[in-house]
Formats: sequence, C-alpha cells, structure tokens
Amino acid sequence: MTVPAIAVLVVFAYVPMLGNVIAWQDYSPYRGFLNSPFVGWANFERVFTNPAFLHAVENTLTITLFQLVFYFPVPIFLALLLNSVLSPRVRTAIQAIVYLPHFFSWVLVVTIFQQIFGGAGLINQTLHTHGADHTVSFMTNPDTFLVLITSQAIWKDAGWGIIIFLAALTTVSPELYEASVVDGANRWRRMWHVTLPALRPVIVLLLILRLGDALTVGFEQLILQRDAVGSDVSEVIDTYVYYQGVIYGDWSFAAAAGLVKGVVSLALVLGANKLAHVFGEAGVYRRA
Amino acid sequence: MSGQNPEIDAEAAVLPRDLVDDARGRAPRRPRRHKHRPVWEEEPSGIGQMTKAVILSVVVLAVLFPLWTVVVTSFSTTQESIQAGGLVVVPGDLTLNAYKQILSGGVVTRAALVSVGVTGVGTVISVVVSVLAAYGLSRPGSFGHRPLLFVFLITMFFGAGMIPTYLLVSSLDLIDTYWALILPGAVSAFNVLILRNFFMGIDNAILDAARVDGAGEWRILGRIVLPMSKAVVAVVALFYGVGYWNAFFNAMLYINDNTKWPLQLVLRSYVLQGVTLPGSGTGQVDVGSGAVTGMPVKMAVMILAIIPILLVYPFVQRHFTKGVIFGAVKG
Repeated sequence: MTVPAIAVLVVFAYVPMLGNVIAWQDYSPYRGFLNSPFVGWANFERVFTNPAFLHAVENTLTITLFQLVFYFPVPIFLALLLNSVLSPRVRTAIQAIVYLPHFFSWVLVVTIFQQIFGGAGLINQTLHTHGADHTVSFMTNPDTFLVLITSQAIWKDAGWGIIIFLAALTTVSPELYEASVVDGANRWRRMWHVTLPALRPVIVLLLILRLGDALTVGFEQLILQRDAVGSDVSEVIDTYVYYQGVIYGDWSFAAAAGLVKGVVSLALVLGANKLAHVFGEAGVYRRA
Repeated sequence: MSGQNPEIDAEAAVLPRDLVDDARGRAPRRPRRHKHRPVWEEEPSGIGQMTKAVILSVVVLAVLFPLWTVVVTSFSTTQESIQAGGLVVVPGDLTLNAYKQILSGGVVTRAALVSVGVTGVGTVISVVVSVLAAYGLSRPGSFGHRPLLFVFLITMFFGAGMIPTYLLVSSLDLIDTYWALILPGAVSAFNVLILRNFFMGIDNAILDAARVDGAGEWRILGRIVLPMSKAVVAVVALFYGVGYWNAFFNAMLYINDNTKWPLQLVLRSYVLQGVTLPGSGTGQVDVGSGAVTGMPVKMAVMILAIIPILLVYPFVQRHFTKGVIFGAVKG
C-alpha cells in the first residue's frame, strides 16, 4: 500500500537528489547528465568565491535574524494577551479572524499590501486627497524592506502561531496557578514562573524548525517583490539559485549553490535538535 | 493538594472577605465578577483592560480592514473607484459588473478553472496515496517498516533542491502540463505522518477482530480505519487542497504557456505587476461606457482567489479547535 507514495518520492525527491551530481559537472542540457564532463569541485569553488552568492547569504541571514527578533515573539505576546480574555466567545472570534490570512497565498498577501501601502495604494491615496504632493513608497524602498517583509510575515502567519501557543497554554494545569497564588505570586510572577515555562517546549520546537528554515526565508514572498525593490536587498540564496539556474542557464553552478544550502540546512536542524536534547527538551524527534 | 492540610486554611486566607459566608449564614455579598474569572485571580485594573482591548482591536482591524476595502472595491462601479482615487472604503454605488466581466469566459475564468481542476485532481491523488502509505506504515513490525518510514522522514529534512527537480520535470516532458503542478509535490511526508499517527492510535484489537473474521487489509482500511478517521483525513485533504490552490511558484517554473496559468499566476501578473488583462480593459480608464474596469476588476480577481479559502474556513475552525492537528503535530 505504501508503493504509490514511495514511487512518487523516489521519482520526485530521490532521483533529483542524485541529480545533484551535476554540481560536480559542467552540465549542459544538450549533453545531459550522462555525457557532461566532470569538473571536480570547481563549481563549489566558484560558489564560495562569488560575491553575489555571498551577498545573498548575507541577506538571507539578515532577514532570518531580523524576523527572529521582531516576528517570533509577536505570536507569543498575542497568545498570552488572548489567553487572558475571559469570554470564550470573544476569544474564539478573535482567533478565527487573526489566523485567516495564514491560508492566503503569498501572491494574495503581497497584493493586499501593495493595495494598501503601494505607490497607488490606499495610504498614498489618502495622503494625496489631503494635499500631500509626494508619494511614500513603502513597497519599493530598499531601506525599509526588512520592516515590510516582516510586517507581511506577521500579518500572514502570526495568527497561526497564536493558535499553537494557545493550544500549549490550555495544557497548563489551573492547580499550578492556584498554588502560586497561595504562595503569593502576583500576575507577572505567575506569567514568569508558570505560563512561560509551560510554553518552553513549544518555543524550543518552533525555534528548531525555524533554524532548519533559516536559509529558506520566505522564498515566494521575496521572489514576488524582487523586481519592485531591487535584488540588492531582496536576493536570498533561493532566489539567487533560481535566477542563476533557470533564468541564466548556469545549471551546474546553481545546483552547487542549492546543494550547499541543503546540506547546511540539514546540519542546522540536526545540530539544533541535538542542542535541544542537551538542554533536556524533546525537540523535533527523539532517538528511537 | 493545599486543601488536604488542615493546619493551613489557605483558602480562607486568600479569598476576599465578602466571598465567605458570614456568621449569620447569609449569602455572601458578591462583587460583580466575570463569570469565567477564576476565584483566585485578582480583578484587573481599568487601564490594563483598556490597553488589552485597544491592542486586540487593532490586531483584528489590521486583518479585517484590508479585506473590507478589497471586497467593497470589487463591488463598486469604476466611477466610484476613480472618485475615491483607487480603493473604496465606504460603499457607494454597488454593482456586480466586475464579477460578470471576469467570469464571462476570459483569461481569469480560464485560470480559475485551471486552479479548480489542479486543486481537485491533485487533492484526490495526494489524499489517496497518503492514506495508503500511512496505513501501510501504521503497523510496526510489518515487512520493511523502519526503512520505509525513513524514506519518508529523510524527505522532511533534506530537499533535493530546485535545479535538479526542475531538470527532472523538464526531462520527463512535463513542462507546460498540469501534471507538473501536481506530481512533484503530491506526497508530503508531513501529512503522511499526521495520518500515520492517527492510524496508530486505533486499537489493534479491532483490526485483529476484523482479520479473524476474514477481512483483507483493503477491506479493513475502507470499512474500519477510514470511517474512524474522517476528521483527520479531512484535515489532511484541506492541507493539500489549500497548498494546491495557493501554489504559484511551481507554475512560474513549469508553465510557460500563459493560457495554462493557474489563478495565482494570473493574479500576480495582472493585479500585482499591473500587466493589462487582455480583453478586459484593465488599466484603461473607461468612465463613459459604464463598464467596470481597473480597480474593481482587479479586486474581484483577488476575491475570486480568496473565496475557496473562505468556503473551507468554517470547517478548519471546527477541526482545529478539536485539536486534531496539534495532537498530530506534537505526536
């Protein structure tokens, strides 16, 4: 019964893994995998000495770090806030509204942002009717691009994060709160000593998953906006691989760059998981 | 725990005086308290409540307001939209013309049909294949169980990469076919594991009983396991369905022929990038004829992309609150 699924995975996941052999070749589509000459590590040498690739790595890490600081805590904060809303009906309604955008496509999210913040968007429209004579370009300004994409990420996915943290909060036993009240803990001390420790496994889990995705930051989101804002700030590893390979046809070079990313990502997940075990957390998977 | 020790009357010490029956046995004079507030929790301060209300209102409005203007604009006439300078916030002259225009058989109609087709066929294939795989993997000790499980797990941690996958799809002659939008992502190991986790929770005694009665594996899956797993199968179907509906980059990679574009790619070109929509007059200002052009049409395309999400949303609500997903994710 597992056969059809295995077949799909073998053809569309494992064969391409082997296809990475072109990273060691001077591949051309006319000669194919079999007849392209092997060139050793030459493509990898090109990748690591290429300023454009290194710049893409730098952008990727900058975006990841920025979002870790400014995006990651948002759902935790909102979940705590929402958890303190007493009426179940209000709580459910707010939840239902805030995680709706999680199910929107990136095209839709970016388009909505463009309609509100773009050069012809609602904000500029309002500014113009109130006599402003210049356009504020939120969508095309490279200097504020980090803020823009982080806001988009928050708008789209913070609601989803809230759900996960709220689910974790429901598992906290009320007895713990009662006991801490008896011991004289006020609101803030209860949050610090009861609520946050209860969230720790989930936070660790999400941090590990995020670390595994550290080099993958919002590929669809970025490729949609690369033209508007310029590649200087929006080029990340994935968009670089796409342009070098699919657009410019430098297949072997692009495959080498993609492979470097895949291997480093794998190392990051495994490393982070190991670290979680060291600190006594369950992590993503357990050793069987 | 604390109540078991008679020496410490903790409850009396903590509870406010007016909550405890007084000596004459009269009912206590209760202050107005929220019915869901636990007895041990202190009354919040007015400022705190205000801040909370303001933050939550801002959050809710930040989600709803953009959607509101998109909906209102899509139902507005072109004049209305031009007068407003683009997006319409306060509904005025309302019309269905924008929807009539995009659904009357042009590029958008075709793209919507492509998306519906790919999503429908793709979801059926994905769900069937995943359910079979998950059931096969849900019986530890069966032949090749661990190595097969690894085949799935590895794909979660290491992806082959965009370039080799593209070259494979192109060497299989799938470029410009709808199969290119379905097959490469047809099996998600994550979804298979969600299903597997659920199937593993089904009591083996039930399945053994069926086996004793002579039922084969197919029969057990169809008659016992599936009817018990409707909710989780539905959730997985939803994950796949939303994924197919929202995908745009695979079409950008594999579909060069723009008559085969799915809706997301049309949305990107005509709405986000502002390319003129052939035959719809988008981009031209056409106030005189009363035809809906420009903004309302663009916004109607966006609504078209949102509608399927809204249709399945009540369902998402129901099952997510049941915790089907989180049970599975925490595994």
